[in-house]
Amino acid sequence: MHLSETVNTGFFFLAPWIIFAPVVGLLVNIIFGGWFLKRSWGEAAVGTVASLASGIAFAVSALLAWSLSAAHGEVVVVPFAEWIHIGSLQLDWTFRVDTLSVTMMLAVSGVGTLIHIYAIGYMHEDVRFKKDEKRYQRFFVFMNLFITMMMLLVSSDSYLMLFVGWEGVGLCSFLLIGFWYDMDTLGRPSWANSNAANKAFIANRIGDFGFLIAGFIMFWAFGSFQFDEVFTQVGAIAPGIITAITLFMLVGVTGKSAQIPLYVWLPDAMAGPTPVSALIHAATMVTAGVYLVTRSAPLYSTVPAAQYVVALTGALTALFAATIAVGQYDIKKVLAYSTISQLGFMVAAVGMGAYVAGMFHLVTHAFFKALLFLSAGSVILGLERGHHHLSHHEGHQGHEGSHHEEVRRTEPVEVFDPGDMRNMGGLRKTMPVTFWLYVFGTLALAGIFPFAGFWSKDEILLDASLHYPDIYWILTLAAFLTAFYMGRQIWMVFFGEPRHEAAAHAEESKPIITIPLMVLAALALLGGGLNLPGAHTLGHWLEHTLGEIEVPEFSLMVAGVSTALALAAIGISWLVYGRNPLKAEQKDPLKKPLGFLFTGMENKWWVDEGYKWLILDNYVRLSKFLAEVIDWRFWHDWFHEKIIAGTYNWLSNIALNKYADQQGIDAFANGLGEWTKEVSASLRRVQNGFVRSYALSVLLGVVLILGYLLLK
Amino acid sequence: MVPEIYYITLSAILFTMGALGVLARRNALIIFMSVELMLNAANLAFVSFANTFQQLDGQIIVFFVIAVAAAEVAVGLALIVAIFRSKHSIDVDQMSNLKG
Repeated sequence: MHLSETVNTGFFFLAPWIIFAPVVGLLVNIIFGGWFLKRSWGEAAVGTVASLASGIAFAVSALLAWSLSAAHGEVVVVPFAEWIHIGSLQLDWTFRVDTLSVTMMLAVSGVGTLIHIYAIGYMHEDVRFKKDEKRYQRFFVFMNLFITMMMLLVSSDSYLMLFVGWEGVGLCSFLLIGFWYDMDTLGRPSWANSNAANKAFIANRIGDFGFLIAGFIMFWAFGSFQFDEVFTQVGAIAPGIITAITLFMLVGVTGKSAQIPLYVWLPDAMAGPTPVSALIHAATMVTAGVYLVTRSAPLYSTVPAAQYVVALTGALTALFAATIAVGQYDIKKVLAYSTISQLGFMVAAVGMGAYVAGMFHLVTHAFFKALLFLSAGSVILGLERGHHHLSHHEGHQGHEGSHHEEVRRTEPVEVFDPGDMRNMGGLRKTMPVTFWLYVFGTLALAGIFPFAGFWSKDEILLDASLHYPDIYWILTLAAFLTAFYMGRQIWMVFFGEPRHEAAAHAEESKPIITIPLMVLAALALLGGGLNLPGAHTLGHWLEHTLGEIEVPEFSLMVAGVSTALALAAIGISWLVYGRNPLKAEQKDPLKKPLGFLFTGMENKWWVDEGYKWLILDNYVRLSKFLAEVIDWRFWHDWFHEKIIAGTYNWLSNIALNKYADQQGIDAFANGLGEWTKEVSASLRRVQNGFVRSYALSVLLGVVLILGYLLLK
Repeated sequence: MVPEIYYITLSAILFTMGALGVLARRNALIIFMSVELMLNAANLAFVSFANTFQQLDGQIIVFFVIAVAAAEVAVGLALIVAIFRSKHSIDVDQMSNLKG
């Protein structure tokens, strides 16, 4: 490791350890994990190693942040290794430590560590409900690999290294969505989870394709991938090229950050275990797109048209996903659409040039959405425990008579969905800790004062109201719906009477699960302190990287409107779902008044079906056409069989065999033989066996030769 | 001095008799003797020409011919004896095993 002059002060030399700590963690778990798991303390050991690895990455990130503030926020570049040296392209593996990357590192490793700790408890139960305890080890290896890749993404100094991390987190996402690859979310044998993983991977590939094109154009125009080299040349490049780069980059962002039109993979990604949903599909990986746009701020700032497209994409996604979230019944699906919606807020923010607001919302969202997902995981575990308890109880009764047991075995296994909110209700009493944690997350997400979400969402809305009134209205409507669907969720899950036996017997989760949640809840409450109006701590911190940033004045109007709308939305949700709690088997009370609209929300506006009809079916049709008509009938049957094989057969059979071979060469050879036979048959008459006639021939020959010699 | 044309004429007559003997007779011994007659007709021609042109080449050739003829007689007689032993005949017309 060779260090440049600038990094000799502070802890910058530790920068590579943000990657190597999780690498060491995953290696330890790969090599010794199986050995650990054979012991009674094995799961604790595997989980502790993984959490420690992530925790060390967090500690290093914190040290980097401290050193950075001591160095007055100057960008520090820590060269680590030679990477690609081809001609004029000189790319090294370099760690870029600046205020933006450190912010991301802290968010990723901080939330990541809490989720690792939570996962120790969660996966302990999950592997038992799914009956494959050996996968415990694999889970933590993947989680550490994800932290590694995400750190690579945020710490890179060039677009190419960023792309390596970008693909790496995509891989981890695929591996973890398909973690229970041989079953569906209810544990029945099926390819559902595996298909969800494929869907995520393929949708991301489409986005990555856009990112790649952006990279190609960038290298063609700028001759470099390195951030500083690219950004200093921005003025010299035609705006049209920069617009192309930024728009293709937006395609990558819509894939990774789940924006219209590529967001469809994220709801299906809920097939992964809940800590995965919290870490990858809510808090960190999906924000990579937001980070990318923020990082490319010098590019985006020069092309307002592209900025507007980004902002509009984000705003429309925010509203569209919020409407779908209203009509969902699965507790994690609601949160998934909520995540898409909140990512829309962030993308809209960075599109409008409000990079600080976007990053602020990214960090606070990481806190409260991780909290919500993990609490939802706790709820699901609680219901599974209740259901397990119930069936165990029944089984115990049946044990008294052996014939009862026989009967029980032949019964079809009851399909119980522990994530369906229609199976819940009244969990406030059975799971009080989780309830309060969930309320904290909900208030933060809904944007209620003084929770973190209030401050960050308000800043986005404030920026929008100043520059883009149309986007402001879209986002405000989305914020209203956000509060509404979260209120609906709270009333449906925690209030009223249990709608299923399992909900009535739900049990509270252990401290290993609830304590990380309490930390997150505290962050969700206090996270707004990062960037309070007036102080703008985060804004001034990021200024070192992003340059001068406009700091809009806190507007009581905007804050008042959004808070009033959020409170109104929660009030309406109480009127609909809280006042008259849902009964078992009862239809959603919104179904009647909203009619078609609600059916649309329930069915995700048939976007998946639309994609199937528009893209998948045509794609399959095209593939079938290519396979059957072009490949088989045209190439195989016609071209190969008829043209090539037919011509060859004709040539060899008719032309060569019949004419050239049989009638040419054969005839010549046979004719030669025949002729030789005939000639020899006539010649053999000379060999009559009479010595005296031979002697006469000799005499005649001599006479002839002598006659010739004499007469010539 | 006898003119050389007489020797040549005698030689030609002798050669013709020998040739006719070879072609016309069936007895292998007679054929053999006819061959000797033809050889000696040639010898006669050689010596007469040698005498006429006063050169010794012809005389020398004759010695060679006599020597070869002696060898031929030795081989030929042995063959005839062998044929007689296997066929109990020396009729050349019966020796037609190599007929085509």
